[in-house]
Amino acid sequence: MQLSRGARIALRLAAAVGFAVIYVPLLLVLVNSLNPDRSASWPPPGLTGHWWAVAWHNSGARGALWTSVRAGLGATAIALVLGTLIAFAVARHRFFGRGTVSFVVVLPIALPGIVTGIALNSAFSTVLEPLGVGLGLFTVVVGHATFCIVVVFNNVVARLRRTSGSYEEAAMDLGAHTFRAFADVTFPLVRSALFAGGLLAFALSFDEIVVTTFTAGPGVETLPIWIFDNMTRPQQAPVVNVVAAVLVLLSVVPIYLAQRLSADTASGSRV
Amino acid sequence: MRLTRSIRAAVAAALLLAATACGSSGGGGGSASTGLNPPDLKAPTKLGKPEGQVNLIAWAGYVEDGSNDPKVDWVSDFEKQTGCQVRSKVAASSDEMVKLMKTGEYDAVSASGDASLRLIASGDAAPVNTDLVPNYKDVFPDLKMQPWNSVKGTAYGIPHGRGANLLMYNTAKVKPAPTSWSAVFDGASAYKGHVTAYDSPIYIADAALYLKATKPELKIKDPYALDQKQFDAAVDLLKQQNKNVGEYWSDYLKEVSAFKSGDSVIGTTWQVIANLAASEGAKVKAFVPKEGSTGWSDTWMVSAKAKHPTCAYKWLDWIVSPKVNAQVAEYFGEAPANAKACEQTSDKSFCATYHAGDTAYWKRIAFWNTPIEQCLDGRTDVKCVPYAKWVQAWTEIKG
Amino acid sequence: MTATAPAPQADPAAGPRPPGAVRRLAGALHRRPRLRLSLLLAAPLLWLAVLYLGSLAVLFVSAFWTTNSFTSQVVKVWSTDNVRALFTTPVYREVIVRSVAVALAVTVLCAVIAFPLAFFTARVARPRWRPLLVVAILTPLWASYLVKVYAWRLILSEGGLADWMLRPFGLSGPGFGLPAAVLTLTYLWLPYMILPVHTALEQLPAGLLDASADLGARPGRTFRSVVLPLVLPSVAAGSVFTFSLSLGDYITVQIVGGKTQLIGNLVYSNIELNLPMAAALGLVPVVVIVLYLLAMRRTGALSSL
Repeated sequence: MQLSRGARIALRLAAAVGFAVIYVPLLLVLVNSLNPDRSASWPPPGLTGHWWAVAWHNSGARGALWTSVRAGLGATAIALVLGTLIAFAVARHRFFGRGTVSFVVVLPIALPGIVTGIALNSAFSTVLEPLGVGLGLFTVVVGHATFCIVVVFNNVVARLRRTSGSYEEAAMDLGAHTFRAFADVTFPLVRSALFAGGLLAFALSFDEIVVTTFTAGPGVETLPIWIFDNMTRPQQAPVVNVVAAVLVLLSVVPIYLAQRLSADTASGSRV
Repeated sequence: MRLTRSIRAAVAAALLLAATACGSSGGGGGSASTGLNPPDLKAPTKLGKPEGQVNLIAWAGYVEDGSNDPKVDWVSDFEKQTGCQVRSKVAASSDEMVKLMKTGEYDAVSASGDASLRLIASGDAAPVNTDLVPNYKDVFPDLKMQPWNSVKGTAYGIPHGRGANLLMYNTAKVKPAPTSWSAVFDGASAYKGHVTAYDSPIYIADAALYLKATKPELKIKDPYALDQKQFDAAVDLLKQQNKNVGEYWSDYLKEVSAFKSGDSVIGTTWQVIANLAASEGAKVKAFVPKEGSTGWSDTWMVSAKAKHPTCAYKWLDWIVSPKVNAQVAEYFGEAPANAKACEQTSDKSFCATYHAGDTAYWKRIAFWNTPIEQCLDGRTDVKCVPYAKWVQAWTEIKG
Repeated sequence: MTATAPAPQADPAAGPRPPGAVRRLAGALHRRPRLRLSLLLAAPLLWLAVLYLGSLAVLFVSAFWTTNSFTSQVVKVWSTDNVRALFTTPVYREVIVRSVAVALAVTVLCAVIAFPLAFFTARVARPRWRPLLVVAILTPLWASYLVKVYAWRLILSEGGLADWMLRPFGLSGPGFGLPAAVLTLTYLWLPYMILPVHTALEQLPAGLLDASADLGARPGRTFRSVVLPLVLPSVAAGSVFTFSLSLGDYITVQIVGGKTQLIGNLVYSNIELNLPMAAALGLVPVVVIVLYLLAMRRTGALSSL
């Protein structure tokens, strides 16, 4: 479509404004971590690196970060397996209820976290507590995996739809059995989709607060929970600002990884 | 904004105890009893050997082991001295504390007045033998044997600290200086959109306290014992106030930043918030208006099902010992319970700022208590509105 | 023709079993597509249907129970009072309508903002820059949700960044309240809308647009008749996220919404003292979202998520 010069300029302008709006709050987070006051204010009365030094010695935040990473990895692993299984079933088979399956997969992420949270919470307590098992990191992983399945599923199923089954058939015609065909043909085809899905699943889990709230056992503190508990305490809030700034800076890492490991991941990934 | 960390216990209790719900309601649901008839539990007469562990439920900032700030740590020394390893769970609300206590997993809790009665009534909190807590003798007398920490002469806990819900205003924008709560009720329209209030059903008591002074015909004696008519009047007043409220607050940094920026210019506050706002340049003043104020007083209570009772008593004694009580009071921003704590504070004017030993000051404070059907003010001819109804009304007030 | 789970031990080269056994198993699976399908679906369905849907079902059954008013414990006495209260209590009705309106407003705003942005990143920007721009859109998703909401609190507060920037024009920011909540939610969920729209626009065959132009259509006409119908399913896909995430939110509105209450806040405030009421209130967003998803499925949105 040939756009007029005016339209192009207007679009460029709109995009520039759009990106500015997307990034100004993040910049604000960085500036705020240098704010000498304990509570937020604009403009900041000065700039200081004091809170960065304080945050460096905060073992609570480091512990929470580690918990978050473990929860995220666990949830991502489960989501990768389950999401891939469903994707193959839906993309390579015709069966009754196929539409329903792809509908149910979406539900955990679409329904409010608070509803998912209290539902899982009561289920865990009813089933696990008589067995003498309390809530813990394990239940957080289960809760997160439930809503992470969909992102893996979406990425893999989209890839499978684009690559017809004929490659696999060709492999089998050439004498490869089912597993061999999967390992040599199918898996390389879906690898980058798995990566994109896994990355998104980890991101969802890493940032999840509501479901975590309801599924975490005593002493299990993920980073979002730590932030939430501490950002309301004057002694801690400036440290939270620093952690927030670090998170913004760290967000570049997964994106960089995605770029490096798979050129088409970023544009091909599906939320 | 308080996000409850562990509703798990709530739902667990709700579902699991559904079958036995009636059994555990204790004296609270009792029939013609006057006031509370807690289950007959006995306090220990002597302590055994420390069990090596203690599980605590506490407000944020009450049990600090240095993991948040290496300089803020009164748990490590306790562990060293007593051999009791502390495992603590931060609760975000009184309701959560009640639910956690019901699990029987915890030995002690720092309950506020809106939870303590429920714990006593349901038999989840045991009476406390104050003779086994040597530091109890130094606790301010006006904190001992109060309606929220004792029943019929039996102590159920050790006072931890207290604070009043003050009226704070922006001295530049609110003129003339207010002297009465009317500034946030009948006169609130002058600051439309910039009034703030505490976001909790217990705030209904603040309105009741104001009506007690201004509408004598309602005959309100105790703001936590409201019959239907009195309750409706308080709720109506809050619905009027809502039109002028900019936002409700429940976490204190939110309120500090709102007062600094001018989003809020008048409303309830705690001393610690007022101090922090003033130290960061906000032009604010906070005081107890002429009608008096509501306030809170926290109590360390021991679970009736405590698995580590000796360590729990050791903790009770530790947390009200002069030095530790001073540390925790300064860290949290409240008046300490131990009179000797005032000599131990790092800021020598701390106790004066927080009115720690000012008996006349605390006489004007109506401390949080749990509204139940049996009127707490002793009336037997009417039923009072229980807390669950307060919660529902609070939703309607906010609209 | 097909494959099973990406289980590494399925690789015969790595497996301890002799290739013959693997081959026989593979052959058996190949001949029995039903068995293969059941193996594929067993674990995920157990997880989603039993664990997830089962928990939901139990929760919603509890909406019909009652609560002991003093101990707040659930009593298994059947009652439709809670569900009826949703329709008869004015405050619940108002909040429900308000919440749905907020979710719709956020969705519309996201779509309106996402379109020009995605059009730029997918078709106007130099191809070399496009992947980088997509990364730029995705980056905020990695920054913590809470951090972003608090940043908006700072922006919207009195004398904050919004006031500061609008003052030269004689305007002031919206302050805390419903508009602030809508604005913040729009910001939070915007990437979920931009991404699918970008992908759809990128995949639009250039030939189609040229053909439209060759047939005499002006850009405006091409946009309406060619681009829009092809991109609409992706907008619907994005809207699933913007709509449902907004409808369930209760934290953002607490932080920037002033005194506003949405349905999530009501659920939250009832959890501890009246779980059946919380469950009944929770039913509302669930029903609305399921209906919304079903409607969107008709547009094919779910398959282009």
